[in-house]
Amino acid sequence: MAARLATKAPEPVPQRRGGTSYLARRKRVGYLLVFPAIIALALVAVYPLLYNLVLSSRFDVATEPGTQHFVGLQNYHSLLTDPTFWGDLLHTGIFVVISVTLEFVAGMILALVVNRKFRARGLVRASILIPWAIPTAVSALLWKMFFDIRSGFVDFALHALHLPGAQTVWFNSPVLAWVPIILSDMWKNTPFIALLLLAGLQTLPQEIYESATIDGASSWQSFWSLTLPLLRPAILVALIFRTLSAMLVFDTIFVMTGGGPGQSTEVVAYYNWYKFMVSLNFGYGAAVAVVITIMALALAAVYVRILRQREGFVT
Amino acid sequence: MRGWFGRTGFYALVAVIILYSLFPFYWVFKSSVESSFALNRPTTGLLPSQWTFVHYQAIFAVENFLRPLLNSMFVAGVTTIVSVILGAMAAYGLARMPIKGKAAILGFVLLVSFFPQIGMVGPLYLVFRNLRWLNTYQSLIIPYLILALPITTWILTAFFGQIPIEIEEAAMVDGASIRQTILKVFAPIALPGIFTAAILGFLLSWNDFLFALSFIQSPNMDTVPLALVNFRNAYYVHYGQIYAGVVVASLPIALIVLFLQQRIESGLTAGSVKG
Repeated sequence: MAARLATKAPEPVPQRRGGTSYLARRKRVGYLLVFPAIIALALVAVYPLLYNLVLSSRFDVATEPGTQHFVGLQNYHSLLTDPTFWGDLLHTGIFVVISVTLEFVAGMILALVVNRKFRARGLVRASILIPWAIPTAVSALLWKMFFDIRSGFVDFALHALHLPGAQTVWFNSPVLAWVPIILSDMWKNTPFIALLLLAGLQTLPQEIYESATIDGASSWQSFWSLTLPLLRPAILVALIFRTLSAMLVFDTIFVMTGGGPGQSTEVVAYYNWYKFMVSLNFGYGAAVAVVITIMALALAAVYVRILRQREGFVT
Repeated sequence: MRGWFGRTGFYALVAVIILYSLFPFYWVFKSSVESSFALNRPTTGLLPSQWTFVHYQAIFAVENFLRPLLNSMFVAGVTTIVSVILGAMAAYGLARMPIKGKAAILGFVLLVSFFPQIGMVGPLYLVFRNLRWLNTYQSLIIPYLILALPITTWILTAFFGQIPIEIEEAAMVDGASIRQTILKVFAPIALPGIFTAAILGFLLSWNDFLFALSFIQSPNMDTVPLALVNFRNAYYVHYGQIYAGVVVASLPIALIVLFLQQRIESGLTAGSVKG
């Protein structure tokens, strides 16, 4: 969805009706058409980020009115020595690695299955997409209830299948609380990865597979030596978009655990929100926001590099 | 023999996938018709122990769930209309007009979609507070443009680029003005792409939780996700009402996905994988 950057500009429209004045007019209309969207994005997205930069250089706590003043890099200095922030960063990192890995594997299986031709394939494709359309907060709310001993099905299923873990109060354990969080995230986001991988799979030429089969390659071998390398661009795009949104996970954590028990499931986005909206420490909250923004933009830079490296990438 | 195993295994995998995607929805429905008594005791079976529609009555009679539904529809609807109009204008300029700096403009749109929403909440909160806009529809519609506008612009630039330019050229040769060419000739052909962009813009706005949580302060302004999370109060978790609310709120979304699946897929992948 983001590859317009590397596309070739469409050919300019040939001149018609008496030369340069018409072309100039088209150019002017073109700028007028693009202008409103750019201004809207600049106002709603860029302005807040610049505001963060200014705010993060100030001591500004709403509960201490009249004490606002310029502190330079003080907020950043405090942030670097803030054990809660480093803990949240660690939680975020672990969450990103585990959830993106699981979603990638599950998404790949989904994509490979749906890529085969079979009866009711259209229905299967549509039904795997439905969880993606459910709001993240609602998915989190549901999975929180599914893991509830009384109204959920997890405990019931573990009992029925004689598996260990029945009667567990998942959200009381600093480690086990991550299980419902990751399952909710997987349920909601695996379809997105599957979709991007499927689109990639459908562009692969079938002839190579046929010749590989003739050469005696097993389907496992052709997956590793043909599908994976050929699918690399789609895989990278899927991984980057998922990593970005996993890095910024907020709704799921807010709804399921509120960062608890203690602070064991707290992530950086939650810390940012808490500092700003609950502690009303605007200066410090803004500093956290700036750090998160830098992390996200670093990922964007990686994405652009990948697009540039991709050969023959045109519309 | 191997073929038979392979095929059985494959269909077993398909069954697991459908179960994984849809069983949670079944459970939501099943729980929405259970009595509160049954919901507060350990689950005894896969089928509802009795059928009751009290939770559906309660969400409309007691919780006034209609209001968040209308709020969400209005806010997501207005956001969609604004971003489709702005996005389509920009996309036409980018795909058709001889302007400079196209790569830079598209790069900027790409960059914005990488901006973390969490980082915008604080500053927007302060701005809206100063404007006395907290708890209003515009405090949601404006930030939702961040969600919807970049993707609509991309999708439409990709779609417009695929429409053959000859049709418009022919119209211009026949003496049509730029405005006539766009509205009378181009727009009808572009309508399917615009529709796709609108569905995605609507879904992305409908699904927001963070902005609503931060800027909405009274229950009558709640959006659907916020209202569902707020069914749980400090004293009692209204499981039945949450389940019934999720059924009511998800049904239209599920139908949209079932019927418009191909459009959604083409929109999501436009420009990312296929280029």
